Amino acid sequence: MQPPAASPGPAAPAEAELLRWQWREVQAPCLVAAWILVASLAKIVFHLSRKVTSIVPESCLLILLGLGLGGIVLAVAKKAEYQLEPNMFFLFLLPPIVLDSGYFMPSRLFFDNIGAILTYAVVGTLWNSFTTGAALWGLHQAGLMDPGIEAGLMDFLLFGSLISAVDPVAVLAVFEEVHVNETLFIIVFGESLLNDAVTVVLYKVFNSFVELGPARIHAMDYVKGVASFFLVSLGGTAVGLLFAFLLALITRFTKRVRIIEPLFVFLLAYVAYLAAEMVSLSSILAVTFCGICCKKYVEANISQKSRTTVKYTMKTLASSSETIIFMFLGISAVDTSKWAWDTALVLGTLFFILLFRAVGVVLQTYVLNHFRLIPLDRIDQVVMSYGGLRGAVAFALVILLDRAKVKAKDYFVATTIVVVFFTVIVQGLTIKPLVTWLKVKRSDHHKPTLNEELHEHAFDHILAAVEDIVGHHGYHYWRDKWEQFDKKYLSQLLMRKSAYRLRDEIWDVYYKLNIRDAISFVDQAVGTPQPSGVLAAPMPALSSQGGHVLSAAKLALPSMPSRTSMSESSVTNLLRESGSGACLDLQVIDTVRSRRDKEDAAMHHVLRGSLYKPRRRYKASYSRHFISPDKQERQDKEIFRQNMKRRLETFKSTKHNVCSSKSKARLKEKGRKKKNISLTSDAPNGKTHRNVPWQEAAPVLVMVSSEEEESDSSETEREDDEGIVFIARATDEVLQGKTTPGSLDVCPSPCIIPPSPTLAEKELPWKGDQADLAVYVSSETTKIVPVDMQKAWNQSISSLESIASPPGIESGPQHRRFACPVLEEQPQSANQAISEQSSCFQFPSHISKSGRSQSDSSPDGAEQQELQPLMATEEQGRMVPTTEPRWLMFNRASHL
Amino acid sequence: GEIKKETGFSHSQITRLYSRFTSLDKGENGTLSREDFQRIPELAINPLGDRIINAFFPEGEDQVNFRGFMRTLAHFRPIEDNEKSKDQNGPEPLNSRSNKLHFAFRLYDLDKDDKISRDELLQVLRMMVGVNISDEQLGSIADRTIQEADQDGDSAISFAEFVKVLEKVDVEQKMSIRFLH
Repeated sequence: MQPPAASPGPAAPAEAELLRWQWREVQAPCLVAAWILVASLAKIVFHLSRKVTSIVPESCLLILLGLGLGGIVLAVAKKAEYQLEPNMFFLFLLPPIVLDSGYFMPSRLFFDNIGAILTYAVVGTLWNSFTTGAALWGLHQAGLMDPGIEAGLMDFLLFGSLISAVDPVAVLAVFEEVHVNETLFIIVFGESLLNDAVTVVLYKVFNSFVELGPARIHAMDYVKGVASFFLVSLGGTAVGLLFAFLLALITRFTKRVRIIEPLFVFLLAYVAYLAAEMVSLSSILAVTFCGICCKKYVEANISQKSRTTVKYTMKTLASSSETIIFMFLGISAVDTSKWAWDTALVLGTLFFILLFRAVGVVLQTYVLNHFRLIPLDRIDQVVMSYGGLRGAVAFALVILLDRAKVKAKDYFVATTIVVVFFTVIVQGLTIKPLVTWLKVKRSDHHKPTLNEELHEHAFDHILAAVEDIVGHHGYHYWRDKWEQFDKKYLSQLLMRKSAYRLRDEIWDVYYKLNIRDAISFVDQAVGTPQPSGVLAAPMPALSSQGGHVLSAAKLALPSMPSRTSMSESSVTNLLRESGSGACLDLQVIDTVRSRRDKEDAAMHHVLRGSLYKPRRRYKASYSRHFISPDKQERQDKEIFRQNMKRRLETFKSTKHNVCSSKSKARLKEKGRKKKNISLTSDAPNGKTHRNVPWQEAAPVLVMVSSEEEESDSSETEREDDEGIVFIARATDEVLQGKTTPGSLDVCPSPCIIPPSPTLAEKELPWKGDQADLAVYVSSETTKIVPVDMQKAWNQSISSLESIASPPGIESGPQHRRFACPVLEEQPQSANQAISEQSSCFQFPSHISKSGRSQSDSSPDGAEQQELQPLMATEEQGRMVPTTEPRWLMFNRASHL
Repeated sequence: GEIKKETGFSHSQITRLYSRFTSLDKGENGTLSREDFQRIPELAINPLGDRIINAFFPEGEDQVNFRGFMRTLAHFRPIEDNEKSKDQNGPEPLNSRSNKLHFAFRLYDLDKDDKISRDELLQVLRMMVGVNISDEQLGSIADRTIQEADQDGDSAISFAEFVKVLEKVDVEQKMSIRFLH
């Protein structure tokens, strides 16, 4: 920051230098980095005090900070060194913010209100520019301003055009903290984004008019102005759509290079911005629409990790841009050499922009309300008028003016700075109290529940149908049409087949909810390790295991809090209760624990990937290095999630603890998904990964399971839970015929877990239906299984251990390779299983794969055969890949 | 006049809808049959089309007259400001929140026992989601949905529960369309 102080060169150039001072070479980037650092540190400081940030918007603080820093620089360097360069602003600072807002724009809400947004953006901005410009001109004509201001009507209109546009950056910064209801937010914010086209056009047109001079403007020029408006706005949008299309298409083919997925998103959006800028179309519109439109397809195509990366990177970039913009606004204001103050102009501008904004809003709303389903009421209008913040765009535009042509530039600059400061600081500070005082409907952020999603879907269909019946092609009609078009053509073209097939909003919500529950479950489980530890105490092995779990859980925790904090649905709570309260019986906890151990281990790997690197490298040598680690981590994580989910379900469903089977089933589903995602080419790879988690987890797992097993051996009933697996299938058949929850009593292990069944029954009665079936199956099987199982287990425990532990791992690369062919066919059978039975239960395919590959490499093939018949008897009628039973055994064994 | 009072539609809206009614009425007997509705092409591809058509017909009948037609449509009239305050004592207008919800509820509730059972939910789900979702997935969705909503433990969603789960949803807006004046 202080180059002069640091620059004295130390050594004489003639001698050979040990070190050389190279400030000049690094100066530029170093300064940039320093500024960003300062701004970010400032943010931290601001947020140290919650009180301050809850009252004062961050943007205000940043501007003030900028003023302070600017003052210091001015005092030190005797001249204002830094300011917001329009070029830097438009080329680097603005795009991330716009992309972020476009990409994360709630598109449904946006298009629901598109009419209002467009009206305010186009008509409103036009109105504001012309009235403000004309009024200021009037003021000038009336002689109220300093006669030194040399400006004609065109100059004032030019000024009006740049000062009247609501600024997306400022609006976003302030409104994000205010939390007004979403409709209001989307209208103000949408307007601020879309008015860019109008602003750009007006600015350019008036600029050229000013250059031409009023005398030489022909009627043709006005027509051109109007034409250029359409060209600029529609052109910008078209560029955006084009790039959105490209982007979606490209991400469709990135399955082997997941690592660069996020890059495409940023690059293409940026190129869209530049392309629009290049041909002087509206670049903001281009990026906004690129973001809005590509999101659906991109999100479906890219991997979970990439999604997270995109999200965070985008947010980070946008937030730092915003920070820098506001800070530099403050700094730039210090540069008095560019100022020329005129009180009348400043006050007049402030007054007019507020007045005309309010008038414009009221007039437009009056008209719009005739067409709106839900009219905007008075309070909304007040907030909209007041929320018209001006910001950096205006500032950058005014700086861009050519002093030679616009004589009054200095006056305009000063006025713009005052206006920006006033709107951001004064209005920014007061809007929150205003909103509270007016009792504006706030947005209540709650996570969507499945019911809401489902019923809202139904509503949409109903409305579309009613519109058809009424014969009036309204909004729902077109939305319906669009959705069909999208489904038929666009999605097919732009989404991977796998993603396309899996795509369903209701399912998505369901999926997310489950993940959330799982996470909160972990949270809860970690929160209550004590009781379980106590419970486990009687069995020494167990208690030690409890300790283990605890530590593992702790390891896993760091990554969780942020996510857990958002899990608050009532269902979650319910689960928590049933999880901690109802399932306090030993087995539940144990089994969960062992599971969790493994998963935590997996999670741990994800967190600190380095631990198992050597092995991964091995694998990498086999093919496609970089994806594999990436994917594999994802895999671990997903497996982890899936397991959790499954487990939760079992909790819900259940009466007894164990979910091994269920979670397996879950895994299966995952497997299928993955398969879908990573089409055929991945197959070999995917499989190997699939194996890995288990192998990796093995060291932990083996111990745990054996311990558990011993300790649990008395309670063989747990095995029934294997029944749950069948449940899954069974349900399928039972779905239609309703069964009564009462049949639960059949449950073979009521004595062991008295509380949980009842609770479960109460809370999740329908589970009874399933359970009931399961129970039948399992009650038969219990008779057979335990005995055989135990034997089988005893015989095979050693071999199992060998499978699961180091030997298997070491032989990993080889056996994996040769396991491939086997695996190759596996997917098919799994798929069949899927289609025939349940998507939810596909996962075993991969597990069975791992099982198989393991068996290939180790001596437990015999064991497998031994177990198979046994399983077959208990699972008659069920179509399971033969390997699966083996897996089941493996698991079950862990509870013996 | 009576229709106006009952449904709250304006005169011009009624006239407009009447002309639509007659144009749908191919039999020209002053009533609409299911076939008349099914002839609307877009409705045929609406996943819930049949259910919605059914909602127009009173129990056990397969003809609906203009009045019934209007009464059903009135559910979708947006709630206007002046209506919010008045009507405290009179009968609940057809477009009240609870009536809107009840309309939706009836689409699920096939057997009219005032409960959405798992089966009924599944059927609707099946109609609404693509073929890509397996029965098993649907089943779990249905389970979860019911679990979320169910409060009295009967593994079905009663109307009260239905209202409860949707209490945060802006039903007034999401179940209204704009009728041309």
